[in-house]
Amino acid sequence: MVYSKEAQEFFSKELKEIEEQGLFKEERYIHSPQSADIEVEYPAGAELSAVINMCANNYLGLSSHPEVLQAAHDGLEERGYGMSSVRFICGTQDIHRELEEKLSDFLGTEDTILFSSCMDANAAVFEAILGKEDIVICDRLNHASIIDGIRLASSQQDSYKHLDMKHLEKKLQLHQDKRFRVIATDGVFSMDGDIAPLDAICDLADKYDAMVMLDDSHATGFMGRTGRGSHEHCGVMGRIDLLTTTLGKALGGASGGCISGRKELIEMYRQRGRPYLFSNSVPPVIISAAGRVIDLLSRTTERRDQLEENTRYFREKMTSAGFDIRPGVHPIVPIMLYNAKLAQDVARDMYAEGIYVIGFSFPVVPKGQARIRVQLSAGHKQKHLDKAISAFIKVGKKYDILHKSKEEIIEKYGM
Amino acid sequence: MDAEMKDVILEYVREEYLDEDSGIEVDENTPLITGGLVDSFSLVSLLMFLRQKYNANIPDQEAIPETFDTVTNIMKLVERYRQDK
Repeated sequence: MVYSKEAQEFFSKELKEIEEQGLFKEERYIHSPQSADIEVEYPAGAELSAVINMCANNYLGLSSHPEVLQAAHDGLEERGYGMSSVRFICGTQDIHRELEEKLSDFLGTEDTILFSSCMDANAAVFEAILGKEDIVICDRLNHASIIDGIRLASSQQDSYKHLDMKHLEKKLQLHQDKRFRVIATDGVFSMDGDIAPLDAICDLADKYDAMVMLDDSHATGFMGRTGRGSHEHCGVMGRIDLLTTTLGKALGGASGGCISGRKELIEMYRQRGRPYLFSNSVPPVIISAAGRVIDLLSRTTERRDQLEENTRYFREKMTSAGFDIRPGVHPIVPIMLYNAKLAQDVARDMYAEGIYVIGFSFPVVPKGQARIRVQLSAGHKQKHLDKAISAFIKVGKKYDILHKSKEEIIEKYGM
Repeated sequence: MDAEMKDVILEYVREEYLDEDSGIEVDENTPLITGGLVDSFSLVSLLMFLRQKYNANIPDQEAIPETFDTVTNIMKLVERYRQDK
């Protein structure tokens, strides 16, 4: 027997330890399309609850938008369900190339290559172009997929303190002996909603002859005046060498990702990007719908403007209600609670009030920085936001955390 | 224990991993990895520093919590892998 009793006992023990550490992840079954209002079965077998979803990456509310659904239907009717091939054998349709061109126009880059996910894009972005004589210098709070991408590459690696430009400069000076230097950063950091200072990063890249790699998954479609991303927000469009992003968040939220950037580098990924060479094409349904999303966003900034307004409203009301919110302008709104159990308790009580939010604690965020992460959407109406704010105030009063400083919350609940 | 080496490594850890206003105190027995101050990815810079500063060819697989969690343990590793001794 291959799966021995010893192996079974080992993994059972591992799972028990995960559970004891409070890190066991459970799925909640949603019985409706992704939207601001959803119906959830939780725990498994329970009656369905109608709740307001405040933890999706559905920033522009396009996941179930009628025009996007129609485009998905059109893709299915006109180009079929699956491609049964990788891109370079017989898996590229006209609409794949059209979407890549649309994305290049939208992002302000020279060329684009699609992947099955942004995780796949990040798995290729360093590995396919860098060697052992090169180095990637990475922000320490970068998303796990960037870290994994760096680990897959044979290049050297170093890191700088989160958003610390002096530390980055020191590292660039230290690594002047390398052939190529690549600075890797998220545009928006997913746990804090803070934005990388891309103008300063690009200036340092110019000064110390480095390329800039940006993962803009939490920005594409809505950051910047016309929603092009954090590079537009920071005024550095055209200065980013490699930009990875996802179709799985603001751009309809299905799946798929891309690398967009300098044309020679993009061609290198077509030749050597392993997730591109060895996994299937993104299916036509998604390609067609994502193309329509880009058309929608190029036509009007209405949805990103609504998201900006929702973000401003929610942040303002929650701050004046007395919550400890990390300041910022991004629709990721971290409500700081510091203590892991408190974050779990508040999330549970919010669910009972009909608001679906999640508590995050170590190791997803640093120790002693547990929080609820709210994610706003252009699909939230005033009534959704007001109901959520009222529920937060009710629960906040119960735990006596309103108008309390970080020190006071920690004194009451511990780190 | 080599007091000078202890001070050099502690100073590097403070400068490399702590924010100026963090208020976190670190001494030779502070757990760095299991204490959440240094993650396995960021550890690489400390490893590079030790290799260069002390000519200690510490292999990557030694940089784990069991052997690398405190400055005291790190010093033991440096001594074991130093090539100029």
